[in-house]
Amino acid sequence: MSRLSIETPGRVQTVLDGLHRDMERRISASAYGLCPVDMSLNYLRLCHAQTCGKCVPCRIGLGQLADLIELVLDRRASLETINIIERTAKVIADSADCAIGYEAAHMVLRGIRGFREDYEEHVLHGRCISALNHPVPCVSACPAHVDVPGYIALVRDGRYEDAVKLIRKDNPFPSSCAYVCEHPCESQCRRRMVDDAINICGLKRFAVDHAQPMAAPPMSEPTGKTVGIIGGGPGGLTAAYYLSLMGHKVTVYEQRPKLGGMLRYGIPDYRLPQDVLDKDIDHILTTGINVLTNVSIGKDVSMEDIQKSFDAVYISIGAHNDKKLGLEGEDAINVVSAVELLRGIGEGNVPDFKGKKICIIGGGNVSMDATRTAKRLGAESVTCVYRRRVDDMTALAEEIEEAMAEGCQILPLQAPARIEKDAEGKVAALWTKPQIIGPYGKDGRPKPISADVPEFRIECDYVIVAIGQAIDARPFESIGIKTFHGTIQAEETSSVSEVANVFAGGDAVSGPATVIRAVAAGKVAAANIDTYLGFDHKISCDVEIPASHLSNTPPCGRVNLKSHCTPDCQGNFDLVVEGMSLKEAQQESSRCLRCDHFGFSSFKGGRNTEW
Amino acid sequence: MVTLTIDGKIAQVPKGTTIMEAAKSVNIQIPHLCYLKEINEIAACRVCCVEVEGERAMVTACNNHVKEGMVVHTNSPRARTTRRTNVQLILSQHDCKCATCVRSGNCQLQNISNDLGILELPFETQLPQGLRSAWTKTFPLYRDFNKCIKCMRCIQICDKIQTLSIWDLAGTGSRTTIDVSGNRVIKDSDCALCGQCITHCPVGGLRERDDTAKARMALADQEKITVVQVAPAVRTAWGEYFGLDREEATMERMAAALRRLGFDYIYDTNFSADLTIMEEGNELLHRLKSGALVRWPMFTSCCPGWVRFLKSQYPELTSQLSTAKSPQQMFGALSKTWLAEKLNVASEKICCVSIMPCVAKKAEAELPTMGGEYGSDVDIVLTARELVRMMRADHLDPHFIEEEPLDDPMGIHTGAGVIFGATGGVMEAALRTVSYVLTGENPDPDAFDAVRTEPGLREVTYTVAGIPVRCAVVSGLGNARKLIEQLKEGKVHYDFVEVMACPGGCVGGGGQPISVEDEELYGVRGERLYELDQKNPLRFSHENPVVQALYQEYLGEPLGEKAHHLLHTDHKAWDMPTQKEQ
Repeated sequence: MSRLSIETPGRVQTVLDGLHRDMERRISASAYGLCPVDMSLNYLRLCHAQTCGKCVPCRIGLGQLADLIELVLDRRASLETINIIERTAKVIADSADCAIGYEAAHMVLRGIRGFREDYEEHVLHGRCISALNHPVPCVSACPAHVDVPGYIALVRDGRYEDAVKLIRKDNPFPSSCAYVCEHPCESQCRRRMVDDAINICGLKRFAVDHAQPMAAPPMSEPTGKTVGIIGGGPGGLTAAYYLSLMGHKVTVYEQRPKLGGMLRYGIPDYRLPQDVLDKDIDHILTTGINVLTNVSIGKDVSMEDIQKSFDAVYISIGAHNDKKLGLEGEDAINVVSAVELLRGIGEGNVPDFKGKKICIIGGGNVSMDATRTAKRLGAESVTCVYRRRVDDMTALAEEIEEAMAEGCQILPLQAPARIEKDAEGKVAALWTKPQIIGPYGKDGRPKPISADVPEFRIECDYVIVAIGQAIDARPFESIGIKTFHGTIQAEETSSVSEVANVFAGGDAVSGPATVIRAVAAGKVAAANIDTYLGFDHKISCDVEIPASHLSNTPPCGRVNLKSHCTPDCQGNFDLVVEGMSLKEAQQESSRCLRCDHFGFSSFKGGRNTEW
Repeated sequence: MVTLTIDGKIAQVPKGTTIMEAAKSVNIQIPHLCYLKEINEIAACRVCCVEVEGERAMVTACNNHVKEGMVVHTNSPRARTTRRTNVQLILSQHDCKCATCVRSGNCQLQNISNDLGILELPFETQLPQGLRSAWTKTFPLYRDFNKCIKCMRCIQICDKIQTLSIWDLAGTGSRTTIDVSGNRVIKDSDCALCGQCITHCPVGGLRERDDTAKARMALADQEKITVVQVAPAVRTAWGEYFGLDREEATMERMAAALRRLGFDYIYDTNFSADLTIMEEGNELLHRLKSGALVRWPMFTSCCPGWVRFLKSQYPELTSQLSTAKSPQQMFGALSKTWLAEKLNVASEKICCVSIMPCVAKKAEAELPTMGGEYGSDVDIVLTARELVRMMRADHLDPHFIEEEPLDDPMGIHTGAGVIFGATGGVMEAALRTVSYVLTGENPDPDAFDAVRTEPGLREVTYTVAGIPVRCAVVSGLGNARKLIEQLKEGKVHYDFVEVMACPGGCVGGGGQPISVEDEELYGVRGERLYELDQKNPLRFSHENPVVQALYQEYLGEPLGEKAHHLLHTDHKAWDMPTQKEQ
């Protein structure tokens, strides 16, 4: 008889582990608008199945809580039932012996406090406040509501021009988004319930890379109305494109020499080549938009003049100003902001970092852009300093991985303390305070706290600050537009309540966000400006969507795009990420579950053919 | 064309045809429940699942298109098991007490279940209990949560055809059901009571409030004189349940049956339809000549579903409705006054019952404005379906009932009165009489036939005695909404507009017998009315001798004081629930 043996999981456990993973993916792919009370009940039942059965609050209490919530859903409860649920959950949270019990009770309490009105509606009227508002998950998750299943089906059929045409109905930046969109559409992809989300962004890239240039859709009769657009970034040009198609005469004011905004002056070429961006802009400009570059509002022309000379104005400026660290030594020579660095490169002022040591401060996508750009500018060492953990960085995971693959160092849990100057007043080093990760803050993220160890010195020649961007909305205050924390105050319809003919959206209103959010804001503005001008033009697309296949493909891995990251990328701003092969695109597009045909959408609200 | 094989038969159908319709073309009826052609092709019930060679999963026939070379099996072991199990699942959440169901014998679920030979269920019955299945007993529309199979047809009919969106999904997950949209209760909604959701329900999930017991009580009451009127459209459909040919199912045979049921006097709403034309036609002329129709037309007011729709959706246009009461109400008012005098009885002894193709008529009769010192115009409103139920209860087989004449004096009518039951009929009848009033001569009775048939918009301008009368006719509330939006935008101008809430008019009414085969029958029923019009020697309302006598001996002139008092109403004197909120 052996004293010990090696334990291996049995078949049951292996299968169950697989089910756990499936369930995890499934939950994260939940649609918007589910009944929070029903979901709480079913999470609670799951928690109860995990109970070991030893302690009373967990073994009995969770079951009783579930039964009480069931009464609420069955309209057999009173408002007092909600109080009993809350009281009982508090006791379980306080007295269960382990996390299986008390965490389950905490979840119930969060629900009771977070959506008590849903509980009450069920008790009083037997109804749900929530309702499924859009049945196609990717379309509803996309801020611009691009017809994702439609263009994936077109890619599957090899109809790339039609795919691009269909995307342009809702988003005139198909090429740029194919390269840099953060693809929120993939987060709720129903295919995650089968295996993994469709690589939607990758398929869009396949479409734009293989589509031939095409003419813009026919324009409506000229309306004689004029619209001025301030800011030639993705938001402004989106509004310009649709308003132009609607027959209005559009003039775009851009403070820089070229159009594109952050797409041109904020995103490095190795992620978004200039010619890809130009494809979108060239197509947009074929609709006959009047463009005035190198014009700054407030300097070259006043906001009053613009407001008076156009029937409607859309403010879509970007977040081009930097935020300051507020640290000692920040005034040192060679402390630059990331936006400044990237903008300079966009304008052709490429600094030489050969042999230099560079520190980047910040953990977002702009920080990664600056980090990887510094490497390409020939830096000897590049260190990205971040006060939290790598897991907490807001940059896309693949950006961080690629930066590391290119030989950049990520130094987490270091809070910048001060910048040391040399005798000439130049940056000599960045001092940081080492941190450990600590308790969760109100934002639901763990906060860094001091490690109580001595400060750390990082020798460097440049400090690049990438801790966020700001808007300069001051020029617009002159006509009475209100600002709040530096951003313009506008309604969700883009209208600005103080001035009737002025609309605003994108980064200017929300603060720094994403390309697709700017596009969505431009689309909203175009529709509402059209209405404001007294019209009801519809933007539509005559592409016929291929019929769905009758049943879906078996589980299959997701095709991820390959990156060519090498540490010897000095001077090389070539595109890093390679698109799919034809075989990959065909396989990936065949994975789409066609939620535009299957499920709720064939009943209600499946496809918006116009807006 | 696409060629495919279904159960070994070769089918050739146009591209874009569904498997369901392709199968039908080779006489294979694939069983289904939720499917309603072009209105509800949503693959919800999964009963129409078929096996398609080469496909991993079962394929629904209702919403998938045929493909070249496709091989379909509707009766493979897998298809049989799928169909059977899904029907069993539906039955497990359906109140299967067929014996007490109004749709027994006329129920698609019962048919399928019987066809499949389902004798027992492997699942436990799950039905909502208590308040979750509660519904008002007083509203003319009744919903049974325990019978609803969530096919969603009611939602789609109300959304797509009637554009009122009264129904919506409620609840989520396992508790998902159909209920009034926007978390309202039906009494607070803007339901027009057209009843189209009822006639498109495949089971007993929706029905009219049953008033047959109330009618029985009136019939049993020795003190009461029961006076029954029958709407024009009912005579086109009442025989359907009994398998009686439309030509055999005459008004006279129905009169005999009504007499067997115990009604004392059998009359015809066609009579008061003729009367409506006298009032409404003269009102039109009056409004036309006074220049009151420059911006907005006069709307017909005989369809209570339409009146409810207009008042809730476009209350600002209420005054454009003709003030003439509907034929049902005019009849009721006269039964309690003129007829009571003739019979030499007190008004309150008369119980006026109407047989209507309509659910909204129940609400119309209950309006506070529909009566006078004599009491309510109409006391009890029964749908055509309720009439059939009463006949069945009295084991009356109309095959063996001889025709009998209607009673005097309100049994006499013209062809103009009978076509009220079809879309365009009121317009046509009115134009016949308006033309006579203006020219002093009867026109060709078929001169205005361009306004007949089809629910969609018909626009015609007739020049009568040199006066152009711009007419428009629609049926179905979605079509009505389109028309009003056009009017509001100033894109169209009309003098006279007829609207019927139900597609095809009253013949397609929400109180008519229901086709278990989902046939839309307003077409053939409407044709029957036009046949009756053709056969009637009197084609003009003003030639109805009893109507003439009525004016001479009792009412005086059309639009006169007495007529105004008895035959006209104030549509603004009551509110739709949604108006009260405003």
